[in-house]
Amino acid sequence: MKIGSAQLWVQDQEEALKFWTEKVGFEVRADVTMPEMGDFRWLTVSPPGQEDVSVVLMAVPGEPIIDPATQEQIRDLAAKGFAGTVFLVTDDCRADYERLAANGVEFTEAPEERPYGIDAGFRDPSGNAIRLTQVAMSFNA
Amino acid sequence: MMAFAPPARHLLRAKDLADARYAEPLGVEEMAAAAGLSRAHFSREFRRAFGESPHSYLLTRRLERAAALLRNTDRSVAEICLDVGLTSVGSFTTSFKRNFGKTPTAYRASFPPASAWAVVPGCVVRANARPRKRTFREDKPPAGS
Repeated sequence: MKIGSAQLWVQDQEEALKFWTEKVGFEVRADVTMPEMGDFRWLTVSPPGQEDVSVVLMAVPGEPIIDPATQEQIRDLAAKGFAGTVFLVTDDCRADYERLAANGVEFTEAPEERPYGIDAGFRDPSGNAIRLTQVAMSFNA
Repeated sequence: MMAFAPPARHLLRAKDLADARYAEPLGVEEMAAAAGLSRAHFSREFRRAFGESPHSYLLTRRLERAAALLRNTDRSVAEICLDVGLTSVGSFTTSFKRNFGKTPTAYRASFPPASAWAVVPGCVVRANARPRKRTFREDKPPAGS
């Protein structure tokens, strides 16, 4: 068994796509809209060099899949930062921080030394938290 | 063009600001500005979204950080008060006691000393912990000098 994809709720798929590809530097792995499914759009992204795992940028479905009150709750949860977190790992947290910050990514934490390595945090436009960790060598062993 | 964002997304910016910049002279005014709302409206909306006032969120973030510094460093209580963006040691002590049930000094005393956790490299320990010789005659100045 392996992980294929995991999903993030996004407020707007187009905005999320631009963010992940243009600001973070991910690549599109799938972008398919299905008219027979009420124009459901399957949209996934992942980092260059890692094609077998992706993040699904999932729009909150409308009725009849989810009732309006629940749709609202999901959007609100994401906007409050409680809907989910993606934990990224990197070989160079500070360099990635510089690059992403220059692209206008909203960082919540600049890179800091931790017992397990160096990490930073940012948010996507929907409010989801993303951690960016450079794991210390001794923790990999 | 910016896509639609629920109002809570702006409140989250204020919350993130408190988490990131608690060490600076930050107040509810700056948090309201980060959310793009007037102060009164902001406080009401923040409470509705996160269940507590922005003032309380910011203060408890500072106290949480202060507790960590009390456990993990040997800095003085007054230094730690300033380190977390508070200016009055008196109010810091009062708020800390109300939230943690102990004064900062008593809280610190209930944990092992910070030096127990510090990872000081062996070479530094060897260089610095060596006692100075005190019992040999050659330490004394030569007689008659």
